[in-house]
Amino acid sequence: MLIRSRKSWELPYSAVTPEPIYRSRREFMRTATAGLLGAAAGTAIACGDADSAVGAQGRLTATRNAKYSVADPPNSFEHITSYNNFYEFGLDKDDPARYAGRLKVEPWSVKVDGLVGRPGTYGVDELVDFNALEERIYRLRCVEAWSMVIPWIGVPLASVLQKVEPLPAARFVEFTTVERPSEMPGLRVPVLEWPYREGLRLDEAMHPLSFMVVGLYGQVLPNQNGAPLRVHSPWKYGFKGAKSIVRIRLTDRQPRTSWPTMAPHEYGFYANVNPEVPHPRWSQARERRLPDFFARTPTLMFNGYGDEVASLYAGMDLRRNF
Amino acid sequence: MPARLFYWLVFAAAAAPGGVLAWRAWTGDLGVNPAETLLHTSGRWALGILIATLAVTPIRRLTGWNRIQQVRRMVGLWSFTYALAHFLLYAVFNHLGDIRAIWADVVERPFILSGMAALVILTVLAATSPAAMVRRLGRRWRTIHRFVYPAAVLGVVHFAWGQKADIREPLVWGGVLGLLLLVRVAAWAGRPASRQVEVTR
Repeated sequence: MLIRSRKSWELPYSAVTPEPIYRSRREFMRTATAGLLGAAAGTAIACGDADSAVGAQGRLTATRNAKYSVADPPNSFEHITSYNNFYEFGLDKDDPARYAGRLKVEPWSVKVDGLVGRPGTYGVDELVDFNALEERIYRLRCVEAWSMVIPWIGVPLASVLQKVEPLPAARFVEFTTVERPSEMPGLRVPVLEWPYREGLRLDEAMHPLSFMVVGLYGQVLPNQNGAPLRVHSPWKYGFKGAKSIVRIRLTDRQPRTSWPTMAPHEYGFYANVNPEVPHPRWSQARERRLPDFFARTPTLMFNGYGDEVASLYAGMDLRRNF
Repeated sequence: MPARLFYWLVFAAAAAPGGVLAWRAWTGDLGVNPAETLLHTSGRWALGILIATLAVTPIRRLTGWNRIQQVRRMVGLWSFTYALAHFLLYAVFNHLGDIRAIWADVVERPFILSGMAALVILTVLAATSPAAMVRRLGRRWRTIHRFVYPAAVLGVVHFAWGQKADIREPLVWGGVLGLLLLVRVAAWAGRPASRQVEVTR
């Protein structure tokens, strides 16, 4: 007889709020705000159009993966899509929601190069099998000490990498975010080295928890969240998840990524969630689970995914490799 | 404009940001991260109003508009009020009121220390601001209240230190502060020699 013990962060299928309930909540919000929006006619029309476009053609069908979902209640669609760090659209948290509509995500192609057996330029649907989409409810812990719970839709990052056949010499993977100044007003401000680059060790990228995200709450991923495809490795700080990826490069050397390049003493390449290693300017011991006022949620080692990922770092000094 | 009207207009202008914030809190309009909105907004106004306080005397000297002097103390006290609110919000929302955690934060992190030092100075200045204290302290009052400049510098440093990547806004505030300091230095250097003798005596 197979006895499977459930991990601390696993969610029984019964605890997941059925999608129709979330959808109806959205409907309610929309109806309730429709009157208000009506007052500002121009804005109302713009909002209405954007919403219906997503509703009409943006639906994704995915199977919920209870094994890789946490039991924490997810944040609302509004929260997840209106409070974002995506500096290419601006530095304020509401800038991405305001400006990301300008980004043209169709058509989209991803250049795959470096130590791979099948280099080339791929369309999104060549890298992501849209018939095998999963929904996973992940915790997202930002390095700024806030967190959310997000029902992503996507495929294991490993399945994407397997399609391009990493060579045995490959040890790291580097992701590059799109850089289009005409569509991304934040690129005018040189706060980071553009284009944004992120990376993972290959074994981290191949870990079943590393997720290539293409959707959110049953919909195609909104631009401000990194459309059309972005990475999320939930045991790492949020900035490790490259958004709007245009290039995937396999390499034998640790890539020079954007945040550690900007401030090497504050942001490391690994950026594993670790309550014991503070950011130089603030503690990482607790977090603000938005929209909570209080930073009262204890931060868990590896964001609570330690059972799955701690072995990746056996023997490593996580204070030095922060 | 009657003198009292001017005073209360400035008073209302300084109180308004707090009122707007309280209203937004009451109506649940502080965004996805309400604590962050409260913290950032209160801190910004504390620094902005502090720098406005420092502009009062230079404006009076340059324009000869003496009436402006009557609002200086009141504006300064508003800066202290926002700074105190900023600290209390931080203490409650970030540290759940745990004094030891706050102290650890202060001693471990220059970013927090810079803000706390500015607040300590502003507290002393606020406590010595009533007319009775001004009389009692006599000449020492001026010396004590010159610490408003280090407080403003610490405020700018704290603001800049708190930024993740973009320090343009604190740089602008720092620039304004630098300009105001320059005006003071110029006034000091340009004053009549006889008064210099008087002061050094």
